[in-house]
Amino acid sequence: MSDSLKYFRQNRLPHIWCPGCGHGTITGAIIRAIAKLKLDKNRIVVVSGIGCSSRAPGYLDFDTLHTTHGRALAFATGIKLSRPDLKVIVMTGDGDATAIGGNHFIHAARRNIDITTIVMNNAIYGMTSGQYSPMTPVGMLGTTAPYGTVERPFDLAKMAIASGASYVARATSYHVQLLEEVIEKALLNKGFSVVEAVSQCPTYFGRKNKIGSAVDMLNMFKEHAVNVKAAAVMAPEKLEGKFLIGELHNQSAPEFTEEYQKLIEGVRRKFDNFQGGVRECAQNSD
Amino acid sequence: MSEQNKRRFEHVIRERWCKGCNICVAFCPKQVLELKNGKVFAARPESCIGCKLCELRCPDFAIEIHEVIEGKAEGRDAAHLDFSVSPEAEHD
Repeated sequence: MSDSLKYFRQNRLPHIWCPGCGHGTITGAIIRAIAKLKLDKNRIVVVSGIGCSSRAPGYLDFDTLHTTHGRALAFATGIKLSRPDLKVIVMTGDGDATAIGGNHFIHAARRNIDITTIVMNNAIYGMTSGQYSPMTPVGMLGTTAPYGTVERPFDLAKMAIASGASYVARATSYHVQLLEEVIEKALLNKGFSVVEAVSQCPTYFGRKNKIGSAVDMLNMFKEHAVNVKAAAVMAPEKLEGKFLIGELHNQSAPEFTEEYQKLIEGVRRKFDNFQGGVRECAQNSD
Repeated sequence: MSEQNKRRFEHVIRERWCKGCNICVAFCPKQVLELKNGKVFAARPESCIGCKLCELRCPDFAIEIHEVIEGKAEGRDAAHLDFSVSPEAEHD
C-alpha cells in the first residue's frame, strides 16, 4: 500500500463512503494493480458518472473526470478517440452502467474501444437511499421495493460478452487477490475490458435485507461465489443460486481507435496526390 | 521455524482514516487485530504472519503491514505522513 499511496489525493482522505463499504476495497485493488504495472499517473484518465462508486476518482491523483449520470462511457469514448495514447479507466456503479448508461455500455462494448471499465456492483442505488437497481436480485428488498423486487436482474458479464467486449471478468470485494489479478489483466488488454466488482452496501442493501454487517455480507459473497474453473466440473444443480467469479471471457478483437486510425491513414493516402481543385485527381489516385 | 528467526511485522495504522468497520478484525486468520474505541489496533502483533489480508481488504486504506528487518531503520510510520502538503502539487 505504501508504494501505491502516491496515486491518492491524500488530503482528500478519509473518503465519504460508509464504514464497511466495499467500494474502498475495490478502489484499493485498482490502485495496487496500477502500482504493480508501474503506470505513469500522468498518462491515465479516470472517468466516472454519478453514484457512490463514482466518488472514487475524487480521491485518485490521475487526470479525473466526474461526469453526468450514466454518461461516463460516452465521455471516456471521446477522450480515448481524441487521445488514443492515454489509458482510460471508467469507474462506474451498477445503476450508472446498466440503467441510466445501459445503452452507452453495450455500444462501447460493441465498438471494442480500449477502455477499462470497472463496474462496482452493490445491487442498489446507495447514494439516493437504496432504491432497487437493474442488478438487484429477485426478491430482495429496497426502498422502492418494500415487498421485494419482482424484476429479473441483468447478468452484466453475459451482456458484455454478447455485446462484444474482449475481456470480461468478475470478482468480489471478498476475493481481493483475484480482483487485483483480473483488474491487472483488464488494464493490459487492448480493447473493451469489463470487470464486475461485486461490492457490499451494509448501509442500505445489508440493512434493508437484514443480512447484517459488512462482515456478514462478505461471508455471503464467500458462500455464493464459485470460481469459473471450479464451476466447470461442478454439477448444475450445485450451482443453483451461486454466481461465477474469475476470468469469464478473454478473446481479442479489432480495437476501435486502431481501426479508426487505419481508416484515417487509408483516406489520407488516397488523397496524397490531391493538389486541390480537380476532383478527379483524388478518385484516380488508387 | 524457531523463535529466533521468526519474521516480525509492524502494523502501521492510520487512525484518522479508520472507520472501525471490523472487516480486518473478522478476516485476520491469526486474530491479531482488535477494535478499541471504534479504531483498529494490533493487540497481538507477535502472532502476525504477514498475509496482508487486512491491508488488502481495508476499505479505508487505514492499515499497512511492514516486515521488520533487523538492523534496518524502522519503516515509515503513520506519524510521518504529512497531510498538510497537497499531493496534487507534486506531479513529477
